[in-house]
Amino acid sequence: MPRRKSKVADGTNPPALTDDVLRDIFERMVRIRSFEEEAGKLMESGRIPGALHLYVGEEAVAAGVMVHLTDDDQITSTHRGHGHLVAKGGDLGRMYAELFGKAGGYCKGKGGSMHISDVEKGMLGANGIVGAGPPIAIGAAFSNKYRGTGNVTVCFFGDGASNEGTFHEAANMAALYGLPVIFLCENNGFGEYTRQDRHQAIRDVADRAAGYGMPGVVVDGMDAVAVYETAGEAIARARRGEGPTLVEAKTYRYFDHVGVRGMGVVYRDDSEVLEWRKRDPIDLLGSRLEELGVMTREQMDTLQERVLFEVREAIAFAEASPDPTPDQLLEDVYTVTAGAR
Amino acid sequence: MTAVESTTARSLTYVEAIKEAITQSMREDPSIFLAGEDVALYGGVFGTSRGLLAEFGPERVVDTPISESGLVGMGVGAAATGLRPIIEIMFMDFIGVCMDEIVNQAAKMKYMFGGSARLPLTIRTMAGGGMNMAAQHSQSLEAWLCHVPGLKVVMPSGAYEAKGLLVAAIRDDNPVIVIEQKLMLGRPAEVPEELYEIELGKAHVVKPGSNFTIVALGRMVSESLKAAEVLSADGLDVEVIDPRTLQPLDTATIVDSLKKTHRAVVVHEAVRFGGLGAEIAAQMQEEGFDYLDAPVGRVGAPFAPVPFSPALEREYIPNADKIVAEVRRILGKQV
Ligand SMILES: Cc1ncc(C[n+]2csc(CCOP(=O)(O)OP(=O)(O)O)c2C)c(N)n1
Repeated sequence: MPRRKSKVADGTNPPALTDDVLRDIFERMVRIRSFEEEAGKLMESGRIPGALHLYVGEEAVAAGVMVHLTDDDQITSTHRGHGHLVAKGGDLGRMYAELFGKAGGYCKGKGGSMHISDVEKGMLGANGIVGAGPPIAIGAAFSNKYRGTGNVTVCFFGDGASNEGTFHEAANMAALYGLPVIFLCENNGFGEYTRQDRHQAIRDVADRAAGYGMPGVVVDGMDAVAVYETAGEAIARARRGEGPTLVEAKTYRYFDHVGVRGMGVVYRDDSEVLEWRKRDPIDLLGSRLEELGVMTREQMDTLQERVLFEVREAIAFAEASPDPTPDQLLEDVYTVTAGAR
Repeated sequence: MTAVESTTARSLTYVEAIKEAITQSMREDPSIFLAGEDVALYGGVFGTSRGLLAEFGPERVVDTPISESGLVGMGVGAAATGLRPIIEIMFMDFIGVCMDEIVNQAAKMKYMFGGSARLPLTIRTMAGGGMNMAAQHSQSLEAWLCHVPGLKVVMPSGAYEAKGLLVAAIRDDNPVIVIEQKLMLGRPAEVPEELYEIELGKAHVVKPGSNFTIVALGRMVSESLKAAEVLSADGLDVEVIDPRTLQPLDTATIVDSLKKTHRAVVVHEAVRFGGLGAEIAAQMQEEGFDYLDAPVGRVGAPFAPVPFSPALEREYIPNADKIVAEVRRILGKQV
């Protein structure tokens, strides 16, 4: 069982966990799951081009963090970024349109899955370069501090990414300057096809926090409430100007590194997948909501149907969106240069 | 040593040819090891090292963390101390993360140390677009590397070249970067079974011709051959040259071609502006001005990152049609 390693500084006031917040977290998780499952089907059937890194299994992390943020708080995301944008309130139609490479997509079709972004919502981009997020995140945090906005930046990254030099440089600078940033490690046990114990000699990425002089906390990433509370403390701490925190959420990706198939792969046993699925984050929170009398099963089913309907509408919007035209090829390059043909 | 005429050639895909070059080289020389992300247990995300772990064990086939600076630096240090590393950078785009190790360390060590360092380092990496993988997984950055004194750079145009050039790169006592292209992975060609090397720094005339020269890099060789066929209907007898090694460049073979054809186009998948085509065209006019009847043309990608959308990427990547158009444009310019 994941355990809490060290405490975030005293006197934190994370927002209270009301019934509304619980329902909100649940809905965000359901939206991510539906979005990703449908996206996976579209990729498998060849309707979405390129490669998708799907977030199924990790929903509690994005949802539990994002309910604390406003559109003026930023996040940096990863190659596995759909869940982050869905949880931050991204428009599903524009997201699917981007996955399809259509002109109506978030990036006008130029970015695709790995570069999906919504700058207005503070989503500073998924990223195709592992470990590219942390330096950008400290830049956004520096900017928040400089401008005195009181906003925070959450930097999502994987256990694999925690081995890139960029993470270490950014973490050191964040602590040194006391920046309002949260390093949110989504430890799903693997970097691509390499298990964590074959890519680093530590078990908890959170241990690394000590080396930079910031608190490091481990949280059960399948438990949305635990994520909510831990992230809430770290975010409150950052908002108070007390500097960065490294939060490590232990989670699991159900599907393969790329695409949908998650079972029958060479680098892990099916039994391991099934074991994690027993603690499915949506089921866990669903049961809790039922026990607490916050939502009935019926209400949850209705919610799931409504979300699926929205997802299907979003896909229809995306498919109807036109392809970008060749004259858009050179648009949005910073320079127009002689001989650019 | 040049390529041998083999009686044992059989059809092999590009990816199999790469794997065979590594395997046979490792059998021959125990100082060779392969390191990279997911190269061992998984056999490489493109399958170029599948089965190698089983044959050579984890000391010689090494999975690394996602740490490109560490990975390439490890290659530099190991090469400087008697090993012959093969380092894999999964996608060429990721060299951005480890450029210091390549440009300031590997490339310059021998020179800065007054010749006392020996660096038998091979870096393999996968370049190119056409697979809807967007701006950070599709680039062709060979011009960056060719600009740096101290690096050798090769770019195989097919399975035969992939094996022979990789073997030569591994045997070379200097840093050599091998740029492979993902769109060719499944493409077969006749490849000799035995270990052979293709001499570095020597261009290859793929198709002899008499009145137009196309110099094409990597995958653009096959596109140029297609273009040559189309252009034969225009009465053109096109010579297609594959430089094979981009650094050092075999200018002599290219200029020899100009002596008979008098016109030329250079083709690469990389962005046209500041691409290797600019260097090759400049050398053609420096060394072959008297033979030229027209300006040297260039075909390359437009000045933009590689777009994701299939509709845009189709427009973006050079192909036989664009080569034909450029050749015709050059001919139209003639007085
Ligand atoms: C600089 C760089 N190196 C390697 C890759 C290839 N790659 C893409 S995702 C990935 C694994 C990332 O693992 P992790 O950070 O744990 O995230 P996860 O995929 O588990 O969500 C790798 C190696 C890359 N995109 N960028």
